[in-house]
Amino acid sequence: MRNRKRTGWHKYINGLTISTLVTVLFIILPLYWLVATSFKNPNSIGTSPPNLAPTPFSTENYYNAFVGYDFGVYFKTSVIVTLSTTALVLILGTLAGYALGRLPMRAKFTTMVTLLIISVFPAVAVLAPLYLLMREIGWLNSYQALILPYTAFNLPFAIWILRNYMLGIPKEMEETGRIDGAGPLRTVWTIILPMALPGVFTAGIFCFTACWTEFLMALTFNSANNYRTIPVGIAEFGGNFQVPYGTIFAASVVAVVPIGILVFIFRKFVISGLTSGAVKG
Amino acid sequence: MAPVSMEKVNKVYENGFHAVKDMDLTVGDGEFMVLVGPSGCGKTTALRMVAGLEDITSGILRIGGKEVNDETPKERDIAMVFQNYALYPHMTVRDNIGFALKLRKIPKAELTTKVNEAAEILGLTDWLDRKPGQLSGGQRQRVAMGRAIVRQPSVFLMDEPLSNLDAKLRVQMRAEVHRIQRHLGVSTIYVTHDQVEAMTMGDRVTVMRSGVLQQVDTPQHLYDNPDNIFVAAFIGSPAMNLYDAVVGEGARSVKLGSQTIDLPDSVRIKRPALVSYAGKDVVAGLRPEHLPAEAPDSAGPKLTGEVDLVEALGSELVVHFTIDAHRVLAEGAVDKDEAAAVRSGEGVARVAAKTPVKPGDKLTFAVDIDEMKFFDTQTGLSIRG
Repeated sequence: MRNRKRTGWHKYINGLTISTLVTVLFIILPLYWLVATSFKNPNSIGTSPPNLAPTPFSTENYYNAFVGYDFGVYFKTSVIVTLSTTALVLILGTLAGYALGRLPMRAKFTTMVTLLIISVFPAVAVLAPLYLLMREIGWLNSYQALILPYTAFNLPFAIWILRNYMLGIPKEMEETGRIDGAGPLRTVWTIILPMALPGVFTAGIFCFTACWTEFLMALTFNSANNYRTIPVGIAEFGGNFQVPYGTIFAASVVAVVPIGILVFIFRKFVISGLTSGAVKG
Repeated sequence: MAPVSMEKVNKVYENGFHAVKDMDLTVGDGEFMVLVGPSGCGKTTALRMVAGLEDITSGILRIGGKEVNDETPKERDIAMVFQNYALYPHMTVRDNIGFALKLRKIPKAELTTKVNEAAEILGLTDWLDRKPGQLSGGQRQRVAMGRAIVRQPSVFLMDEPLSNLDAKLRVQMRAEVHRIQRHLGVSTIYVTHDQVEAMTMGDRVTVMRSGVLQQVDTPQHLYDNPDNIFVAAFIGSPAMNLYDAVVGEGARSVKLGSQTIDLPDSVRIKRPALVSYAGKDVVAGLRPEHLPAEAPDSAGPKLTGEVDLVEALGSELVVHFTIDAHRVLAEGAVDKDEAAAVRSGEGVARVAAKTPVKPGDKLTFAVDIDEMKFFDTQTGLSIRG
């Protein structure tokens, strides 16, 4: 009986499908709740019993976020800080990853281990000294107050990903470039970099997400309204006696969208980037 | 188009490994030279030194008569085809073939003409706008060839370019590569571990072992007159049967195990040095095709073996047999697994397809005695004159 073959839709009922479904629901439901609530009328949030669908449909929360609070400013700051950091991390990470992955040099292992240690260093431990330093050089409440530490903290992981990716590129690719007459920079730019693009995208998305959602440093270094990033901005929504859930939810949806779009566009690259080097192909 | 010469070229790696030892080799203008040998014999290292991808530890490398030891790969005007093709995956076939020309800043119209010409020669015209990922193995191989020929270099270097192809395609591409090389008349050094490729493609073949050049000769001469046991065992498939043997008095006979084979005068005339080995141990070699099944009325020298296995190839039978002599395995010529599988006294013969023979039979072979090879047991060198 146990081995009876299931036919029709019955064949989809098995432990694997059900556990996958449960896991997916577990992840999707809070997201759904976030989006649904953001489109509810501010007054109908928190009713009992809870209203699953956003009825009546309202965009008032979004209006409040952008007009009532300076969400537009926070969004701009986040974009500037995140994009600048990501660009810096990718440029430096690609060059370092290439050097560590492909060039003959000493102390590669030591360098990689040092990078790994730095990347797991808790940010909170360096927060106070960094704050004092920033105050001393007058960088508090500026874009660079976030761009620089973000770059430092995200670079090690990016270098690891990129190095692993570069390691997987056959050495003949460079050799054939040399025979064809390409110099070292030309080889990196026209041959190695295009082949390492999946790794670059992966590192880029991880860096982007980390900067986009970072809270602690942003809160500590940039307290002025004009330099607040999205996470800090959202946290400061409301006053002493009220929490504008609808506005917070709407702002959160806007904050999640760029990451969602990025991951959706580059999903293939991210998967191949994360698994490269795992199996020698 | 230029000759390549290596004079006492050595390669010692940083870890002290001596990969190529005192290599002297000259590749003539337009010649197709094949470097062959088991893996780790230094053939690829030698090729990479010619390419400029490895430094030369000592010795002189000349291309077109000019010393090029310190020149970059680009300055040497060579083109190389790699085993894994090393195509740029993000470029189209057209861009792949034209990349080197583009780097040389050749005018666009000329570049297009040259790329089209190369594509024409290789039958790639319909595929120019595809990317390598969309091509089959054979087509990728052609693109790799195209990238080499479009530059009209003075030397082609090929590092096992066909070994990633399946057997049928390999035979086809073998002819193709040969045809293109003939057509262009460019000096070529071709590295392979496949001795069938070496025999069929090369104008001359260089056999290497453990970094040392063993013999350079035309394929047929190499096959007929190997200089030592290694070359004898390495060239030819199935391999030459090599047995420990004892030369009889006056070199009038040779004893393989319990069987004695008479040696006629012709053998001593062909190999006068053999007389000095009378009463001594030698290694006797016989190729499988020189052991046909005995005709009923034959009177010549014979060898009898017990048949273990018969492989019917259609045109002939490959008979595996055993005699009671000790089989000699040339170190490095056969890989370790293969060597472990060979039992003492085992031999291979090629006999006519219609021969009635089955495993377990005793079969008598007529020995083509003039083709029997003799080697010194100490030096491994061929005993000739």
